Amino acid sequence: MKRTIIAMGALCLTLGGVSAHAAEVNLYTTREPNLIRPLLERFTEQTGTTVNTVFVRGGLAERIAAEGSRSAADVAMVVDIGNLMELVDRDLSQPVQSPMLEAAIPANLRAPDGRWFALSTRARAIYVSRDRIPPDEAAKLTYEDLADPRFRGRVCIRSGQHPYNTALFSALLLQNGESWLRDYLTGLKANLARRAAGGDREVARDIMAGVCDVGVANTYYVGLMLTGRGGDEQRRWGQAVRVVLPAKGAAVNISGAVVARHAPNRAEAIRLLEFLASPEAQSLYAEVNFENPVRADAPLSPIVAGFGTLRVGTTPLPEIAAQRSRASRIVDEVGFDR
Amino acid sequence: MWMRLAAGAAVALVALPILALIGAAAAGSGDLWPHLLHYVLPHALLETVLLLASVGALVVLVGSGTAWLVTCYRFPCRHLLSAALVLPLALPGYVAAYAWLDVMHPAGPVQMAIRQALGVTDPRAIPLPEIRSLGGCAMVMGMVLFPYVYLVARVAFRTQGADILRAGQSTGASGWLLFWRVGLPMARPAIAAGGALALMETLNDVGAAEILGVRTLTVSVYVTWITRSSLPGAAQIALALLVLVAAVIALEHWGREHGTHAVSNPATLEPRPLTRLGGLAAMLACALPTLLGFVVPVAYLVWAASQRISEFGLPPDLAAWLGNSARLSVLATMLALMLALPLAYGARQDRKPGPGTALLKMGTLGYALPGGVAAVGLIIAFGRLDDLTTGWAPVALSGSMAAVVAAYVIRFLAIPAGGLDAGYARIRKEVDWSAQSMGSSERHLLWRVHLPLLLPSLSAAALLTFLDAMKELPATLLLRPLNVETLATALYAEAARGTYEEGAVAALMLALAGLLFVLLLAVGRVRW
Repeated sequence: MKRTIIAMGALCLTLGGVSAHAAEVNLYTTREPNLIRPLLERFTEQTGTTVNTVFVRGGLAERIAAEGSRSAADVAMVVDIGNLMELVDRDLSQPVQSPMLEAAIPANLRAPDGRWFALSTRARAIYVSRDRIPPDEAAKLTYEDLADPRFRGRVCIRSGQHPYNTALFSALLLQNGESWLRDYLTGLKANLARRAAGGDREVARDIMAGVCDVGVANTYYVGLMLTGRGGDEQRRWGQAVRVVLPAKGAAVNISGAVVARHAPNRAEAIRLLEFLASPEAQSLYAEVNFENPVRADAPLSPIVAGFGTLRVGTTPLPEIAAQRSRASRIVDEVGFDR
Repeated sequence: MWMRLAAGAAVALVALPILALIGAAAAGSGDLWPHLLHYVLPHALLETVLLLASVGALVVLVGSGTAWLVTCYRFPCRHLLSAALVLPLALPGYVAAYAWLDVMHPAGPVQMAIRQALGVTDPRAIPLPEIRSLGGCAMVMGMVLFPYVYLVARVAFRTQGADILRAGQSTGASGWLLFWRVGLPMARPAIAAGGALALMETLNDVGAAEILGVRTLTVSVYVTWITRSSLPGAAQIALALLVLVAAVIALEHWGREHGTHAVSNPATLEPRPLTRLGGLAAMLACALPTLLGFVVPVAYLVWAASQRISEFGLPPDLAAWLGNSARLSVLATMLALMLALPLAYGARQDRKPGPGTALLKMGTLGYALPGGVAAVGLIIAFGRLDDLTTGWAPVALSGSMAAVVAAYVIRFLAIPAGGLDAGYARIRKEVDWSAQSMGSSERHLLWRVHLPLLLPSLSAAALLTFLDAMKELPATLLLRPLNVETLATALYAEAARGTYEEGAVAALMLALAGLLFVLLLAVGRVRW
């Protein structure tokens, strides 16, 4: 027993938290560490400020909310406009005035009062089989076509309740109304080649394998596959698909960040955001992650540029995000994921 | 007295997230609940019940069947298989699901080979069973979870009924008849306990179900919380889930009720030889679950990991991940054992089911809470506690290692509590009485009499708790401090963006760490 207690004491001693450094900034993120690590390392090199990170997936807002005024969070970084808006709506962010950020990020990709900033954009694209769909037909495809009976049993998509799809359906809902979306999702479901499950990359893999001919997924996955960073097998997945941005306009989503309401290192937090919006970091977003930079002067990756021009529509993103709960309910009502 | 207090403390800890959830649920989800009730819950409930039924049937059948074979018969490779059948325990369900998804994918080795053999190229020409389905999920989970039953059934067959079985054998009854009429009924308490653990694991799984596209209640909790952005709605489903948990516990209770607990004569059974064909069949029957639950997925992991390592080398942070996993798990295991003992001891003091038994049952509730749900409850609860202690407590609980350890203890207390309870059932009450009549104090009874007798159960419970803590993902992910990655979270970080092959090294480490402990278990140094 005594030995147990001593051993436990020793263990407890090793469980101490992060010790205080001269300059540091605490980043809570739903972005996978490997995607942002190159960016953060560059930031530390430039500023000498250490970045402490915790990667949380669901529940980032919940954690910050529960931690309240004692939260260590300085910056919260998320993918998907819905997740970003949740931070703002729950009053977990704070306004930031930064001439640099305002100059770098277009007005439709940030809050007027600086409560949120987009750092990259990405399109919800249509993946099309290079072998089985002729290029001229592919070029004309729209989201609406995917519910057309000619694609019966030929469509792959991840869960209708995934935030990426919720954002797409929210945009369609705002354009066309509730009953239209219900019919659309019913038609889309009837066309599915398999259950609405898995991830975006599996859409490419399933198209390569011949399970389906068309699908819906984000643009950057194909970029990642084509580099061969995931091995030769994945390069074949990427090569099997053509990425189509619908001619009528693609649904655009963002990754973005806020300065947390109770940020203990506010100045460093703003500095981190400014770095992420700098030309250098923005180029890294394009180069390493195949996302679209928010800065007009940052170059696209050649692969992504090949998909065509991505235009962010005029509808303010928060308005689209505000539809997500309605969109998600319609997904339930038509039993999309069953 | 002290023991009662400690038992109370354990239950209070487990109650923490549940109370927080009740608070959240009581906040009301507005008009979401009718929507959930109409469109989401019926289907989710159906899928959950079907999944539970199929996993339950699989683990009982495979677990007790293989345990029976290795105990009662001699056949080729019996000793090897007897140990190997425990191996699937080393593999987290979500890792097995990833592996199987790749192996069974239309572009994967199995389906390609079948199509090649049939001379077909289009996968839509011959529809093969889809792994992304309820059946697929039940298969994957059943093959990973059956050792829970196997372990306890083997011990039960080996020790409890050697006399009776020998008597049965002497009447010339067939093996099947003995299994159905004597073996199964006799081992029912053990099988019920192991089966309940497997079902609880099934209930709190999110990873495997999500990967394989099965919309269980637990998945619905997550979707409601994250996508439907309603914590109250999620909490309401989570509490409804606890009703199912109660059903599983009731099932276990019913299963245990008529069993014979105390060992009359722990003689071991002499295995009988089989015919050549019979031996071969027995060997295959034991090899197949091992293959499906361990060899195939791990072979896939080895292949995927070796590809990663040859291309990119070992992940530089691997040692840190391993260290964090180990530290958190060791600490949680020790704490869980220390809290489980008073719970089991308290239940033993009851003449008939009374307050001690009730505390024990309550202490096991956390096991069925999905990890993420428990974590949400804990985040809320710790947040409140931190608010209360602001100003005088030097550190906040939220986002500390202690929060993660607490989550593990809450989730896995059921394992040592159940294990020690079962261990106590094998110690006759007369032992206590005679010790007490000789003036032995409670402390003496506990340390000098009970603990040595409980040691086998204690070590097995420690191993299982440690393993489960190592594998734990959702609570770790949500609660851990800045800059802390464990094997599970590192693996998940890759899986989250769909590049789970990049997590193969971490997954393999997790499987190997599990393997080490499972081997200890199998070698027989410790017994359930």
